[in-house]
Amino acid sequence: MALFRFKQKEQTPKIKLVNLHKTFGRKKVLNGLNLEVYPGESVVIIGGSGTGKSVTLKCILGLLSPDSGYIEMDGHRLDQLSLRDRAETIGQIGMLFQSGALFDSLSVWENVAFSLIQNKKIKKDEARKIAVSKLAQVGLGRDVASVYPADLSGGMKKRVGLARAIATDPSVIFFDEPTTGLDPIMSDVINELIVSTVKNLGATALTITHDMNSARKIADRIAMLYEGKIIWVGTVKELDKTKNPYVRQFVAGSAQGPIKTEIKANQ
Amino acid sequence: MTQKLEWRFVNKLGRVVLNFFKATGELGLFTMETVYHCMTPPFYGKAFLRQLVEIGFYSLPVVALTTLFSGMVIALQTYSGFSSISAEGAVAMVVLISVTRELAPVMAGLMVAGRIGAAMAAEIGTMRVTEQIDALSTLSTNPYKYLIAPRIVAGIVMLPVLVLIGDIIGICGGYMIGVSKLDFNATTYLTNTWEYLKPMDIISGLVKASVFGFIITLMGCYNGFHSQGGAQGVGQATTNAVVSASILILIFNYILTEIFFTI
Repeated sequence: MALFRFKQKEQTPKIKLVNLHKTFGRKKVLNGLNLEVYPGESVVIIGGSGTGKSVTLKCILGLLSPDSGYIEMDGHRLDQLSLRDRAETIGQIGMLFQSGALFDSLSVWENVAFSLIQNKKIKKDEARKIAVSKLAQVGLGRDVASVYPADLSGGMKKRVGLARAIATDPSVIFFDEPTTGLDPIMSDVINELIVSTVKNLGATALTITHDMNSARKIADRIAMLYEGKIIWVGTVKELDKTKNPYVRQFVAGSAQGPIKTEIKANQ
Repeated sequence: MTQKLEWRFVNKLGRVVLNFFKATGELGLFTMETVYHCMTPPFYGKAFLRQLVEIGFYSLPVVALTTLFSGMVIALQTYSGFSSISAEGAVAMVVLISVTRELAPVMAGLMVAGRIGAAMAAEIGTMRVTEQIDALSTLSTNPYKYLIAPRIVAGIVMLPVLVLIGDIIGICGGYMIGVSKLDFNATTYLTNTWEYLKPMDIISGLVKASVFGFIITLMGCYNGFHSQGGAQGVGQATTNAVVSASILILIFNYILTEIFFTI
């Protein structure tokens, strides 16, 4: 482990978040968030609902702008890049959305091949072949390619979303709550797919979840987000041994502890 | 107590004024960004063609019906009013001017606002709340270019086409009533119509239609793009799109009429 950490320090982080702050109205969502994700590793951010996990991903993707702080990718500050360079850098990221976010006006294969056709200008026939092979990688057959997202189950939507996220062989993949809304068996199938696809692509992965089974399966390192800050980072083994009361409470899923869930009703 | 009430009133008034300026500013920025993306590549030809069909072809029946009946009603009303001063001969001219200058562009605008503005706000709003617009961005596709620009340009192009067809159908409606019910001679009615036909009447209607097309699609896209929450947010966006487009159509109709015919 010591060697692994030494190696990390030598490398330029693939993604580096430095002192990120983000406020919505009076609510401080990110409050000085710092995190480094190294090339080829899989980092999982855990934390309760409303702690800023999705906001963190959206800030990296450029869908939201942080109020202060900055984000680096491959050592380049995103806010200092030209619009074109920034779009190109962010274009390396594939994203699996919590709800799948599939385009319901397009068929499954058109969803998967969207970026190939629109941006890489690959011909339709060839793009379809690539889409079908990506669908096969996530365990979906050729027969699914022509149906529309409305006809798919939740688990299938996640798989199609995963196929779309890896269609352009991205060097970074984000997973937003990949197992939410799925039964335990399908959750495990998705977790295994995530592990294998990330491994096959040699990609860097950043996942946000509050599903501890998923975190244990996917993560090289786990970071705990609480009140807009990363309060703990460690490996899965370290997670089980930590004495951090916040992490222990979250992992145990206990209502008793330093993390107080806001319950405003009747107060 | 009175002071408290006064403060509360000032507070509420201030919030309304601030919200108004905030919304106006947001709409202004959205419009500028939209215009910029309409003029710079990449252009999505297929999405544009799909919108041309959606706005033009599928709106044709409703525009045809409204302009047909508007032309028929104008012929009847003009006859009943003008016959008292023995000016029945002006029916063809009045039908022509009212249909081309006002009725076809405004009726088509309002009908398309109800049909297309609502559909756009609902579709884009649903895409917003289901993260499909965020997904577009992560797939290196600018939502303004892929979703908004094709709709706006299709609206600007297709509304004049619809209005031109509406002009012809509206005048035909007047002709049908004139000849079949008011006993006008068919040739005389057509000759009168042709004689009074001025290019400016048609052009002003078409320019109005283009502006209305821009307003309808802009309000549909803007409200959909900024919808929040779930089904309720999308419903609200749809209502706002239709109401704001309809009001703006009536306001801009007045402004354009003043520009064309009084300056």
